[in-house]
Amino acid sequence: MTTLKISGLHASVAGKTILNGIDLEVSSGQVHAVMGPNGAGKSTLSAVVMGKPGYTVSSGSVTLDGVDMLALPTWQRAQAGLHLVMQYPTEVPGVAVVDVLAEAFAARGRSTDDIRAQLSVEAARINFDETFLARSLNVDLSGGEKKRNETLQLAMLQPKIAILDELDSGLDIDALRDCSRRVEAATNEDGLGVLVITHYSRLLKELKPDVVHILVKGRIVSSGGPELVDVLERDGYAAFEGDQVDPASSALDDLFGMPSSRN
Amino acid sequence: MPSFTPEAVRSLRAADTDLRLAALERFAAAPTPSPHEELWRYSRIAELSLDRYSPGSLTTTVNGAEAVLGTDVLDDELELDLFGDLNRAFMSAVVLRVPRGKVLDAPVVVTHTLATDGVACFPRLVIDAGEDSEITVIERFVSDDSVTGLIAPVLRVRAAQAARVTYLSVNELGSRVWQIANQQSEGMRDSTTLLSTVALGGDYARVRTHARLTGQGGSTRQVALYFADGTQTHDFRTTQEHIAPKTSSDLLFKGAVNDSSRSVYTGLIKIGPEARGTVAFQTNRNLTLSDGAWAESVPNLEIETNDVKCSHASTVGPIDEEQRFYLESRGIQPDIAERLVVLGFFDEVLAQLPVGGLAAELRERISAKLHTAVVPDKVTA
Repeated sequence: MTTLKISGLHASVAGKTILNGIDLEVSSGQVHAVMGPNGAGKSTLSAVVMGKPGYTVSSGSVTLDGVDMLALPTWQRAQAGLHLVMQYPTEVPGVAVVDVLAEAFAARGRSTDDIRAQLSVEAARINFDETFLARSLNVDLSGGEKKRNETLQLAMLQPKIAILDELDSGLDIDALRDCSRRVEAATNEDGLGVLVITHYSRLLKELKPDVVHILVKGRIVSSGGPELVDVLERDGYAAFEGDQVDPASSALDDLFGMPSSRN
Repeated sequence: MPSFTPEAVRSLRAADTDLRLAALERFAAAPTPSPHEELWRYSRIAELSLDRYSPGSLTTTVNGAEAVLGTDVLDDELELDLFGDLNRAFMSAVVLRVPRGKVLDAPVVVTHTLATDGVACFPRLVIDAGEDSEITVIERFVSDDSVTGLIAPVLRVRAAQAARVTYLSVNELGSRVWQIANQQSEGMRDSTTLLSTVALGGDYARVRTHARLTGQGGSTRQVALYFADGTQTHDFRTTQEHIAPKTSSDLLFKGAVNDSSRSVYTGLIKIGPEARGTVAFQTNRNLTLSDGAWAESVPNLEIETNDVKCSHASTVGPIDEEQRFYLESRGIQPDIAERLVVLGFFDEVLAQLPVGGLAAELRERISAKLHTAVVPDKVTA
C-alpha cells in the first residue's frame, strides 16, 4: 500500500502564486479526480509534484510513503514510484520510446532482455501502432498517438502513483477509451493509484473516480464522491467559484438571495 | 629555420615541380592571415606558428579504389587560401577517376594516419567522376593524443553530367593536431554531390567548403556533425554557389560544444545572375552543453536573381529544458537524459551520412565527449 500525500502545498511561477494550499491523499488502487476551470492550477499541481523546473514551492509538503518528494530530483521521484502522463508530451527528436524505456529500466535495475516483447504486448493492448516504437518521441504523432504513447510508458514502467494531466485533451473517443481502460486495468490489477487532472467530465465516465476534488484558484474548494461530477455538469464551475464554500450551501445562499462569495 | 622552401619542394623530386614551386611562390607572397580578415574571422589563425612544423607525410592507405586510381589532380581550380597553395607545393595526392557510366558498389576508404611528431602534412584527394558514374568515398584523418602536427588537406570533386558523388571526411585527430582543410566541388548538369564531415578531433580544426553548381539541374548537399570538448575549436566556412539555372543546394550542419570549447559556422548562399529557378537551403543548429562553451553561427545570403527559393536558419542554445524534464520524469538520470538528447540531436545528421559500419563507433565517440560513464546501448540500432 502506497500513499501520495500532499499537504498545505503553496507554489508559484515567475513570482505569481498559483497553488494556495493543496491537501490531497491518494493511495494504491484509488482514483482521485481533480477538476477545475482554466487557470485553477491543475497543471501546476502536476508539475510541482513531479519537480518540473521553473516552479517555486513556498510551503507545504509532498510525500510518498513518508519520503519527502520535494527534496528529490525528478528522476528519483520517478524511481520512487511517481509517474506523470503529460498534457502536451514533449517532442524529443532522434530519441525513440524504446530507447527511453530501455534506459528507464536500466536506471531501475530492471532487465531489458525482453523489453521488445513486453512492448509489443503493451502496444497491442492499447492499439498503438508498433512502427511508432522506433520513431522519434512524439514527433509527427497525432494527439491520440501521443496519449497512447504516454499510456504505453505508464504501463511499461509500472509506477505506484500516476498523475494524468489532461489525458483527455487532443484525442479522439477511441484513443480515450483505449488509454483509460489500460489505466483502469493497472488500478484494478496492479493497485496503481491515480490522480487524474481534467477539465471535462467525459474522461471520468471512463475512469470512474472514487473521489472528486474541485480546484479553484489554487485551492480545493470541494471534495466528494462521483456525484460531484453531476453537480458540475449541471451548474458549471461558477457554483464553486466562491471562496471555499460547499456547493449545497452556496445553492441555499442563492435561494435566499445571499451573496455566494464570502470573506 | 625556414622549412617551407623551394629546396624542400625540389627534394620531393615530383614530376610537377614547376607547378609546386609556383604554388609555393603564391604562398610566400600572400599576406599573413589574420582574424581581422573576413576569411579568418573567429578563427585561431593568429596562434599558428608554421615554424614549429617541418614538411612531412602521413601514412595513407586506400581501400576499394583499384579500378579507379588516376593521376590528374585537376589544376584548374578556383582560388584557394594560402594553405591550399602550400598543399599544392607539398601535396601527396590520391586521385580517383571514375570512368563514364561506372558505378562503384562499395565505398572507397582513404585513411590518413599522423604518427610523426611536429610535421606539417598536405594530403590531397581528387574525385573526378565521369558522366553518369557513381562513387562514395570516406576519408579518415587519424592520430593519437601524443603527437603534434598540422594537416592541411585539399579535396577536389568534379561531378560530370549526371554523376553521383558522396564524400565523407571523418576527423578523428588527437587533441594536439591542427587541421586547416579546403574542399571544393563542381557539379555539372544533373549531377548530385554530397560533401559531408564528421568532426570530433583536433585542437583547432577548420574545414572550408565551396560547392559550385555549374550545370543546369545539378544538386549539392553539405552535411556536418561536429562536437568539440576540452579546449577544442571547430571552425566551418561554407559556400553554396549557384551558377547555372535550376540548381539546388541544401546544407545541414549540427554541432555541440562542451567544457570550454568553441565552434564557428559561417555560411554563404551565393546565387549568380544566371541561376534562375534555383532552390537553396541552409540550416545550422548548435547545442551549448556547458557555460564555458561558445558557438557562433553566421549565415549569409548573396542573391543576384529574382526567381529563387531560398531560406536559412540557425540556432545556438542549451539542451531544451522540456526535453530533459520529459526524460528525467521517466526515471532516467540527468547525464543519461543528456546523452539521449544529444545523440538524438545528431541522429538526423548521422542518418544522412554514408557512415555504414562506422555509425556505432561514432555514437560511442560522441557519448565519450559527454563525459558520462555509461556506454551507450541503443536498442534501435
